[in-house]
Amino acid sequence: MRQLGGRALPDCLRTGFWPHAFDGLTLGSIYAMIALGYTMVYGVLQLINFAHSEVFMVGTFAGLYALKAVGSGPEGGLVLAGVMGTAMLAAMGASGLTALALERIAYRPLRKRGAPRLSYLISAIGSSLFLSNLFFVLNPIGGPAPRPYPQVMVRRTAFTLFGYGVSNQQLLIVGTMIVMYAALDRFVMSSHTGRGIRAVAEDPETAGMMGVNINRIVVATFLVGGLMAGAAGSLYGIYFGQARFDIGFIPGIKAFTAAVLGGIGNIRGAVLGGLLLGLLESLGVTCIRSDWQDVIAFLVLVAVLMFRPSGLLGEAVRG
Amino acid sequence: MKLAGRTEALGTWVRGHRAAASGPVVAGLLIVTLVPLRLSTYWQSVLVDTLLFALLALGLNVVVGFAGLLDLGYVAFYAIGNYAFAIVTAGTFSKALFFGNGLHLPPPPMWHDWMWLLVLAGLVAAMVAGVVLGAPTLRLRGDYLAIVTLGFGEIVRISARNFDSITVGPRGITAIPHPELHLFGWHYAFGLDPRPYYYLLLVLVALMVGVVVRLDRSRIGRAWVAIREDELAAAAMGVPTVRMKLWAFAIGASTAGVAGVVQASRVNFVSPDGFTLLTSIFILSMVVLGGMGNIWGSIVGAGVIVIVPEVIRRAIPSFQQYRFLVFGAVLVVVMIFRPQGLIPSRRRAMELETADAPV
Repeated sequence: MRQLGGRALPDCLRTGFWPHAFDGLTLGSIYAMIALGYTMVYGVLQLINFAHSEVFMVGTFAGLYALKAVGSGPEGGLVLAGVMGTAMLAAMGASGLTALALERIAYRPLRKRGAPRLSYLISAIGSSLFLSNLFFVLNPIGGPAPRPYPQVMVRRTAFTLFGYGVSNQQLLIVGTMIVMYAALDRFVMSSHTGRGIRAVAEDPETAGMMGVNINRIVVATFLVGGLMAGAAGSLYGIYFGQARFDIGFIPGIKAFTAAVLGGIGNIRGAVLGGLLLGLLESLGVTCIRSDWQDVIAFLVLVAVLMFRPSGLLGEAVRG
Repeated sequence: MKLAGRTEALGTWVRGHRAAASGPVVAGLLIVTLVPLRLSTYWQSVLVDTLLFALLALGLNVVVGFAGLLDLGYVAFYAIGNYAFAIVTAGTFSKALFFGNGLHLPPPPMWHDWMWLLVLAGLVAAMVAGVVLGAPTLRLRGDYLAIVTLGFGEIVRISARNFDSITVGPRGITAIPHPELHLFGWHYAFGLDPRPYYYLLLVLVALMVGVVVRLDRSRIGRAWVAIREDELAAAAMGVPTVRMKLWAFAIGASTAGVAGVVQASRVNFVSPDGFTLLTSIFILSMVVLGGMGNIWGSIVGAGVIVIVPEVIRRAIPSFQQYRFLVFGAVLVVVMIFRPQGLIPSRRRAMELETADAPV
């Protein structure tokens, strides 16, 4: 039994620190990918996309059915990579489309009218309720019971770190997050659309006058957020082995907390916030009853908003 | 000259309306008092639910409609009212206090005499919770407030589930007593019959309407309008914005607390499952559908959202599972096509049509 740091850590953290830390980073990576969607939309529109958690939920279902369609039984090597890639792409596509539909139906009419903020929030809550209940009533696809994921990627130890195994699934999730983040960073920092996103986040009116097509930028932002949430959704499904109509609620809230923790609107902050929150939760549960796990995120949220509302890295769309 | 003309026009307007109003108002009062007597017990309980949610919607309307604050954890205050009553009258705590551990005897009769004091206790408990939540968070931007209140709602529910020693955890508290009235030697015990609860809630709703109408026209009401329309300008003009928002929170919360006490004593049972985010959204959709900022709107909203699904469910039994799908769609559709709701508040309608928007 390996123990860590003499008196620096409370008893509950001394044993099992590393496995919990690995778990926390995995969960945190998923939070980070969802948080990127919240943060992008907030950066551009200054609005909390409450329905983002359902965009994620659609991803878990799309990933599930894509896996069922292409994958059969445990396989290894290139075939597995292909199967996982297909599932993830399907989830990203479905979530991306959901995010686009959301923007088109629930937000754009309000934006055109110049409605007050409260209207956006209510419309977002409504769409969230609608989407999750859509999967609740679509019984052959969703339904009230959780739908199990096919066991395509069997969990096994990929390598050992600090004396504890890191599973192949954990590796896949953290790796995907890093790749997605790097791609998003490049997109926002060096593409034409990315520059537009930054310009609109900075000052929509001036950006509009300079010839930036704001509608196009908003659509691109929702799409990017949806793609990230889709990838996160399929990975969440693979890691926890199920999809369910209300699966998005808790990860959604936590990802939002992560975005606020890092500084909403800040892309790097979303990743930092996600990883930190994941770690905090996983390690926190070793010290308190696991019934309280979900409360940790809420307390972090309230504490951040009270003492440092601009988050750890500040609010601004930055790489 | 012009002024005199206007005053005269105003005078006739008021007279005309008073004459027109008195007939329907009396008729309306008669209908709401007598109608439940002609209905089956089932529909009587539906009406009791309607009034209960009307009371909750009126409270939330103060927060969302008047002060313009989106509270997604409103159900927490309702839960606190429920639990306040349940814990005092039937919780393990009160049993231990009076009978020692392990004995499951009915609660001591003394609570029956105090029952109406406990309504006040529920009110105060919820109001304190509202202030405790509001004081640090009402400084936040509006959209942060929404998610913090949502978090608060979840914390209250999770706490109710986890503090087994006080709340009996997920199993909930049972055998909560019905209310009783003792007035000058006259005794009346509420039972399973929905009618007494109907009249009790009718009185509470009427009281609340009175309070809200007065509030709307008071200094606080005007402060809320100013905060809603432009918080910065309101603060600059000397409106104590945080204190005024805190008032809205406290009033909304205490209403939910009272509703909670009534509900707990009506169904004799409280468990954490009844207080999810869905219930908060359920009440929110009443306020939004009826018309934010309009008192009658909240009542009509509660009526539509409680009664219509019941009627449909009678015809199509499988409708039950589609309820929340429909509510979600209703929220979006109302926001897009009729943000002012079924019965618009004139001032609010103006604000909702145009305001300075994000983009």
